[in-house]
Amino acid sequence: MTSLPPPAAKKLGLVIDLDICVGCHACAVACKEWNDGGEFGPLPDENPYGAEPLGVWFNRVHSYEITPSPLAGEDGAQRKERGNTPMTVHFPRSCLHCETPDCVSVCPTGASYKRVEDGIVLVDEAKCIGCKLCSWACPYGAREYSEVRGTMQKCTLCVDRIYNESFEEIDRQPACVMACPTRARHFGDLGDADSAVSKLVAERGGYDLMPQMGYKPVNKYLPPRPRRDGCSSAPKPAQDEKTDFSTASPLLRWIDKVLSR
Amino acid sequence: MRPAFSVIFFTVMSGCGYGLLFLCGLALTFDSALFGRIEGLTLLGVGAVFVVAGLLASTLHLGQPQRAWRAFSQWRSSWLSREGVASVASFVPILALSWCLWHGGDPNGVHALGALLALLAVITVVCTAGIYTSLKTIPAWHNRFVLPGYLLLGLLGGAIWIRALHGLLDDGNPRFAVGSPGLTWLIATLALASWLLKRAYWNSIDTAPPAATPESATGLGRFGAVRSVEAPHTEKNYLTHEMGFALARKHAVRLRAVALILIGPLPIVLALATALLVPRSPTLASCTAIAAALLVTAGLFVERWLFFAEAKHVVMLYYGGARS
Ligand code: SF4
Ligand code: SF4
Repeated sequence: MTSLPPPAAKKLGLVIDLDICVGCHACAVACKEWNDGGEFGPLPDENPYGAEPLGVWFNRVHSYEITPSPLAGEDGAQRKERGNTPMTVHFPRSCLHCETPDCVSVCPTGASYKRVEDGIVLVDEAKCIGCKLCSWACPYGAREYSEVRGTMQKCTLCVDRIYNESFEEIDRQPACVMACPTRARHFGDLGDADSAVSKLVAERGGYDLMPQMGYKPVNKYLPPRPRRDGCSSAPKPAQDEKTDFSTASPLLRWIDKVLSR
Repeated sequence: MRPAFSVIFFTVMSGCGYGLLFLCGLALTFDSALFGRIEGLTLLGVGAVFVVAGLLASTLHLGQPQRAWRAFSQWRSSWLSREGVASVASFVPILALSWCLWHGGDPNGVHALGALLALLAVITVVCTAGIYTSLKTIPAWHNRFVLPGYLLLGLLGGAIWIRALHGLLDDGNPRFAVGSPGLTWLIATLALASWLLKRAYWNSIDTAPPAATPESATGLGRFGAVRSVEAPHTEKNYLTHEMGFALARKHAVRLRAVALILIGPLPIVLALATALLVPRSPTLASCTAIAAALLVTAGLFVERWLFFAEAKHVVMLYYGGARS
């Protein structure tokens, strides 16, 4: 059923901290690896090897450079606070499990659906006809079509891990979250205001990507903290030592002379 | 967006087919005895063939065409599904009218079926356009000129093919002879309207403010200008292949001019030429009508190719696209 379910209390999703992501691609690789062997695997590749590899990934990590530029309506103090150092920001991009996504409602077959119980957006591969319309409807590039399977593929929020009772409680998290070496990824219920992820979002000003599309992403991004103006304000490294040997003992003067040759 | 031939063929042929069927249905609504048996069946048959050819082509675009029947299920939310349902439903009046024309049905029945066919033809084209206009991610399609464009160009294609068919089987019926003034004026009006509408559409997409920017896509605009320095992958992926199609500006300008001539001034000139040639050389008049249909259809293909090739998807902002 591709009509959207009524708003539910539970909204499972991710919170991604752009302040500490180092762009190592560990989440993307762990995702590919898990989903190659998980319930939905193998995650197909048209061409896994060779000069032009091509295949499906659920998670992609971009890197951006941000050049501070005067923003409209900004005064001098705000500009100063924002700092003047260009920033590099690493930016993982995957399905945001939106609350009102058109990727679900455009699907003609009912293959693309949003779960009532936890808000996870999934594709039922047995129903998908591979019309690709849902991928056109997603602003965030979260859906990749597989020529091999003839169906649409997308992030499952590791639905085959997070409820997996054969795992220890601590392992019931998406593979990307488990893999992140900097702990830039957090998983939880964003519908519960008291959850750790909701508190993090409130505390750090977590935000939505392209809110103007009206899809209401569940996943939130935490903004990078403003960089200190590294070059100019950091303490200067110590100067080269210039010891005055003219007042030193004759022995030291002699050693200095020998070593300075 | 990558212009896939199957989808271009589908939208053009289905548009022409439903334009033709709409005009036939409308004509039969007011005059059940308008067409001779052969003429009526040929018109309905050609309309149906266009529509079926379009639908078959559209299934070539699918990864799992054997499941295409599932696409009829989600008409509550999906324009693509609605399009399928409306398209199949339109075959009820097509078949019933064919039966009536063959056996000579009750005029009131023909009036009603004609009206139903006209209505379903419009609904189907509205649904086709809805597939595109509903996508907020592609501003060039989420545009108020797209729906009227689909309707108008479908009508133009339908009218021009009706005249070509008249040319092929001119049977001396004075109201529907190849040079009939009614059809001449209809074609000329539709061509002028199409020309104006496409110009307005292109002007609109060229001047529209961006729906999104790299800054809003990443949410990092508060820190300054955002520039992609490293893509997630070195080779292409599905997204960059499907949505990263870029058309050189100079090619777009030329192709727009070609499309505008083929759907605007050309059909007007050829429609008038056909009307003027009839008394002198009916054969030449018929040939002109057929040539007009082929050239306008070519123009519609160029127009539809551009509709895809010029459309930018907001996801490309993540890959260094400047604006969408
Ligand atoms: S990120 Fe894209 S695929 Fe995921 S729910 Fe939102 S619109 Fe759908
Ligand atoms: S590709 Fe599959 S999941 Fe996506 S809209 Fe088409 S049928 Fe639905």
